[in-house]
Amino acid sequence: MAKGFDIPVLPTYLEIPELKEGIMDGEGPFKSVQEFQNPLGFPGEKVDNWQQVAIDKMGELKSKYRSVQVFLDSCVKCGACTDKCHYFLGSSDPKNMPVARQDLFRSVYRRHFTFAGKYFPKLVGAKELDDDMLDDWYNYFHQCSQCRRCSVFCPYGIDTAEISMAAREVMDAVGIGQKYCNQILGKALTIGNNLGLPEPALRDTLLDLEEEIEEETGGVAVKYPLDQKGAEILLITPSADFFAEPHIDGLIGYGKVFHQDGVSWTLSSYASEGANFGMFIGSYDVMRKAALRIRKAALDLEVSRVMVGECGHAWRVAYSFWNTLTGVGAGATDEFAQKLQDQLDHRYPQPQHIIEYTHDLIQRGKLSFDKSANDDRTVTFHDSCNVARATNMGGIPGGQFILPRDVIKAVCNNYVDMERSTIKEATFCCGGGGGLLTDDLMEIRVKGAMPRMQALKAVAKDNGVNTLAAICAICKSQFSKVLPKFDFDPYMIVSVHQLVSEAIIMDKPQIAVKKDQPQTNTDDVTLAETAET
Amino acid sequence: MSVISIFFTALFYISLIVFLVGMARKIYQFWITPAPLKIPTAPTPLTQTGVVMRMMREVVLFESLFKSNKWIWLFGWLFHFGLLLVLIRHIRYFWPDDLPDIFLLTQPFKYAAFAMVIGLVGLMLRRIFVERIRYISAPSDYLMLIMLLIIGVSGAVMTFTSNHTDIIMVKEFASGLVSFNWANLPTEVHFLVHIFLVFVLMAIFPISKLLHVPGIFFSPTLNQVDDARLKRHISPWALKQEQEHATRLEQTLGKDE
Ligand code: SF4
Ligand code: SF4
Repeated sequence: MAKGFDIPVLPTYLEIPELKEGIMDGEGPFKSVQEFQNPLGFPGEKVDNWQQVAIDKMGELKSKYRSVQVFLDSCVKCGACTDKCHYFLGSSDPKNMPVARQDLFRSVYRRHFTFAGKYFPKLVGAKELDDDMLDDWYNYFHQCSQCRRCSVFCPYGIDTAEISMAAREVMDAVGIGQKYCNQILGKALTIGNNLGLPEPALRDTLLDLEEEIEEETGGVAVKYPLDQKGAEILLITPSADFFAEPHIDGLIGYGKVFHQDGVSWTLSSYASEGANFGMFIGSYDVMRKAALRIRKAALDLEVSRVMVGECGHAWRVAYSFWNTLTGVGAGATDEFAQKLQDQLDHRYPQPQHIIEYTHDLIQRGKLSFDKSANDDRTVTFHDSCNVARATNMGGIPGGQFILPRDVIKAVCNNYVDMERSTIKEATFCCGGGGGLLTDDLMEIRVKGAMPRMQALKAVAKDNGVNTLAAICAICKSQFSKVLPKFDFDPYMIVSVHQLVSEAIIMDKPQIAVKKDQPQTNTDDVTLAETAET
Repeated sequence: MSVISIFFTALFYISLIVFLVGMARKIYQFWITPAPLKIPTAPTPLTQTGVVMRMMREVVLFESLFKSNKWIWLFGWLFHFGLLLVLIRHIRYFWPDDLPDIFLLTQPFKYAAFAMVIGLVGLMLRRIFVERIRYISAPSDYLMLIMLLIIGVSGAVMTFTSNHTDIIMVKEFASGLVSFNWANLPTEVHFLVHIFLVFVLMAIFPISKLLHVPGIFFSPTLNQVDDARLKRHISPWALKQEQEHATRLEQTLGKDE
């Protein structure tokens, strides 16, 4: 698995590669073990009658998910999606073409669930789910970051991500789970976050951070409250934000924005994770369990707003699924959901993205910036897949593209977009999404990053771009790792809120300001806001 | 009635029934299969009207395909649009009485057969010569194109060469199928091949990739409104599960109550 491989050379123009069959064949990522499987409700190892279990599970999934059923039946093999997957473009392996990836699943579906496949298997390409096929499933469904780029280009909206989720769920059901995802889910469900940071460690980290910021800002006491009952906002952010660069610089940015707004907010040690890997393994139940922790935290802390930090798939799960899974939003009928509805302040979207919040403050003139603080940067924005293709911001069409760019432009003087066909809904994946952010998948991660790197190289060369901003923890981690492989500076990847953090003008310690200096506009607004609340 | 006429008459009804029953079952299956999560794909409409507009653009203009690949779009669209016009023109054969004047306008639609055939040839060439598309093709994918090509070409041969069929007989046969006044059909080979393949195609519709026709309307990535935060979207199975597991889940989560 840790075998050597060639780093793709970045071409001047992205070309469709010639097929190299079998080049990404392999055993796939490390397999999960009993210890991680059982708590999620999956068998610890491959069950004896695995074929039957798998076929039964396929039958169940196709009757529970319209996407799966319709997508399996509707593909006409037109080929429009064949050159749209970054993993195919980077690896040349034909099984990484979206339709070929689906066909691993579809050929078995045909064999067992369709008339044509039962009686004329050769004619329609129907196949048995044998050991070879299962190997291909495990390998190639873990070479899909579920980025949904293919679905944008399919005339029937066929979303390979849905099929790859279904395939992973089938594999989990027969006891063949992926270690990285399932281990992380275990931590999130027991400790509260993917990193396994327990409450005391989290508290320490936040205290350190407060000190650090106070020093850096010359005495502005930006707070990082944890488990503060009765706070207005509960912030749910990926746990990477508590931990490493560049993530933590984003967290510093959130804190500064909250501070300037003068709003009360809190993190929760019980639900200290925005990421929800339940989505990656396709399990509705696991995803719901993880999401319920957040509902519980919101109820226990009696907050009136739930906000999500910079994490792509966390935002997708929050924006698109939380209301369905747990009733954060409106319309759920169970007791706890209703209690939450009463508690939430419906003047704000629930949940709200931190970008929506900051954007709104900027629009209302509540924040001031010294844009020149970012003058050493020429910034481009990487639209993260799940944000770009599966969510909205601000309630305006395409808001998920507009708002982050607006925020960046409000805090930076130099902004450039990458080539049109590689951004917004057509954005190229960072290469590490969908539960692929593990070292045992480094080869596909690097190869899959090639198309994004190619577009980045073009703007770096033509426009002097030296900063890549993103609002997804996975993108940030992945880029930190793969940028140097393509001769970029690994520190050029930043959080959008890091840019905010660098430019934002913080009020001096309040008492001093009020006594000695004439009040600035910002103070006025801050005071008015404090009076209001 | 001749044996061959009886055969084709029977084949028509059998194919029609297979088509109708098969499609009804499939559409019913699509219909009752719930979409448990909101999964629309960008660019997503935020309103129902937006969704209707999106579907219309997809169905009429093949918008996503246009964004993906101009060649596939061109050939695919030529084929489908040509087919549509030709089908409209075929109504005249099934119309039991004299044609209303409006059908005179459909006379030029016969030229759409060229668009259809050109589209099909283009799609076929791509399938054969573009490596990626060859890789994903099963025998049935070629077969389907070949059948459509033969249908298109045999139809065009009857219309545009001197191999005309007895159009009066065709009309009597076809309108007879509709009004149950069965009549003999012309027996020129290209005509027989033409309608035989049409009937076969009808019969395999519900078990083949031709299911993309109803499928597109049921595709959740295309037909959902992006309003997840405003309206709760929940499927019956998930709701049931939620109610059954509610207590247990809250316990696992350590809810004190
Ligand atoms: S674009 Fe859609 S219909 Fe065409 S081959 Fe890909 S998945 Fe199938
Ligand atoms: S979802 Fe993304 S990674 Fe998966 S097949 Fe489609 S384009 Fe490739």
